[in-house]
Amino acid sequence: MGLIVLGIVGAFIVWVVIQYNGLITLRNQVENGWKQIDVQLKRRHDLIPNLVNTVKGIMEFEQETLTKVVEARSAAMGAHGAKDAAAKEGMLTDALAKFFVVVEQYPQLRSSENVTSLQEELTSTENKISFARQFYNDIATKFNTAQQVFPATLVAQTFNFRTSELFEITVEAERAVPQVNLSLND
Amino acid sequence: MAMNLYEQQKHNTRNTWVIVVMFILFFMALGMGFDYFYFGYSPWSSPLENDGAGKPLGDFSFPIATVLALLVGCGQAAFGLYMGDKAVLSASGATPVDSGTKDPELRQLVNVVEEMKIASGLPMPRVYVMPDSDPNAFATGRDPEHASIAVTRGLLKKLNREELQGVIAHEMSHVRNLDIRLMTTVAALVGAVTLLSDWAARAMWHGGRGGRRSGKSGGKSGGQSGGKSGGGAAVLLLVLWLVAVILAPILAQILAMSVSREREYLADASGAELTRNPAGLASALKKIETEFAPTASIHRGTAHLCIADPLGRKMDLREGFWPDLLATHPPMARRISKLSQMAYQQASQSSSLS
Repeated sequence: MGLIVLGIVGAFIVWVVIQYNGLITLRNQVENGWKQIDVQLKRRHDLIPNLVNTVKGIMEFEQETLTKVVEARSAAMGAHGAKDAAAKEGMLTDALAKFFVVVEQYPQLRSSENVTSLQEELTSTENKISFARQFYNDIATKFNTAQQVFPATLVAQTFNFRTSELFEITVEAERAVPQVNLSLND
Repeated sequence: MAMNLYEQQKHNTRNTWVIVVMFILFFMALGMGFDYFYFGYSPWSSPLENDGAGKPLGDFSFPIATVLALLVGCGQAAFGLYMGDKAVLSASGATPVDSGTKDPELRQLVNVVEEMKIASGLPMPRVYVMPDSDPNAFATGRDPEHASIAVTRGLLKKLNREELQGVIAHEMSHVRNLDIRLMTTVAALVGAVTLLSDWAARAMWHGGRGGRRSGKSGGKSGGQSGGKSGGGAAVLLLVLWLVAVILAPILAQILAMSVSREREYLADASGAELTRNPAGLASALKKIETEFAPTASIHRGTAHLCIADPLGRKMDLREGFWPDLLATHPPMARRISKLSQMAYQQASQSSSLS
């Protein structure tokens, strides 16, 4: 009798350990996924001053567009948590998209090697952010589900696991075609 | 998709081993035939009692060709698995791309590969470029940790960013599905089989005429194929063996092709899943298709690795039994229409969402 009780207790402990380790593994993957996004976000923040300096002289009529990019950048840099960052980075993406539409109107900028290479880097960084985001959201969803399904949820609550915020940019901000302002001085 | 990623990887790993074992068995059979018909070695009778040429065969009572062929076969298989990627890359004249390159085209290539690395969650593959103006690309290596992706200059020049992304995603899917291991091994082994059976057939031809003895045996004595006692059965065996020797390269080629064709659809689909943009790859394939010039830097043996048939064969444009048997790639039109369908579904889904 005592052996059976011991066996059940032992099996329970083993189950808890397995659940706990599984959650820890997932949490590390989520953190790792977040780091991947973060690296790319930082890279984008670093590229923007370069870009602004390169085009400042030529785009003197477009101060508003430039200011919006710079402001969106500093707002994004001060973001806290995935949700906030997602919203502010989304606005930065928007501002950059509008900016590049304007760049298309300046032949000197389009033909400048500096600008095209910066544009390539920014495009790539933006793509990397969006792919890293997909990856992060997939793994974060998996982590959240693992904490919420029934018996595992007991382990998750006992050890105080918290669900991860998803990094979601609204479809609108991502897919919307930027409005082109053809009247340059208003 | 019928198979999930894990099943696909398992499937590919198993197929790789089946092919390696078949290949080694083929080498053994080749060596055994050589021993039996050429050196007069017979596993069923004592070597002294039968010899048409009247010479004692005591010094050849050991199946030397079998053992040698087996060793060579194993060596080739190991070479194919571990060095096949380097052989394929150097044969097509690919040079590595520095990750900090300043060349705008290469810079974009490196960036796109990095994007796909993030999307797929795989380690960063090595990036190569081939000095060829025809657009083409392939992936090779034995596992995702040792993978390489090579593209031609022409691909970088002719495709825009989205299209390039589609092509790289397609190659990344080959890496992730472990297609690269199977296909690189097949490439290395097909080459070896072709070479060896060619060589065996030639040696037999000379031997049968009573001419030059095999180089492997060092010109030592041996029974001629025709002089062997045993009558009809031996002749039948000889004929079967010769047929096997002659057919082997053709069969190996067909194997290489069937191995690659089904994988192209799958890589197209999972590549589109990575980029979430099937239209990019579809338009890339359209551009590649309109290039009629064959890719000169890619040889016949590695054709099945590429995103599009580098030999410019018309066979790939058709469907049916023979094209299915002989083409390395599925018909381009069908691949494009499948991708366009995916793009259409995606578009109608997102429009119904908003």
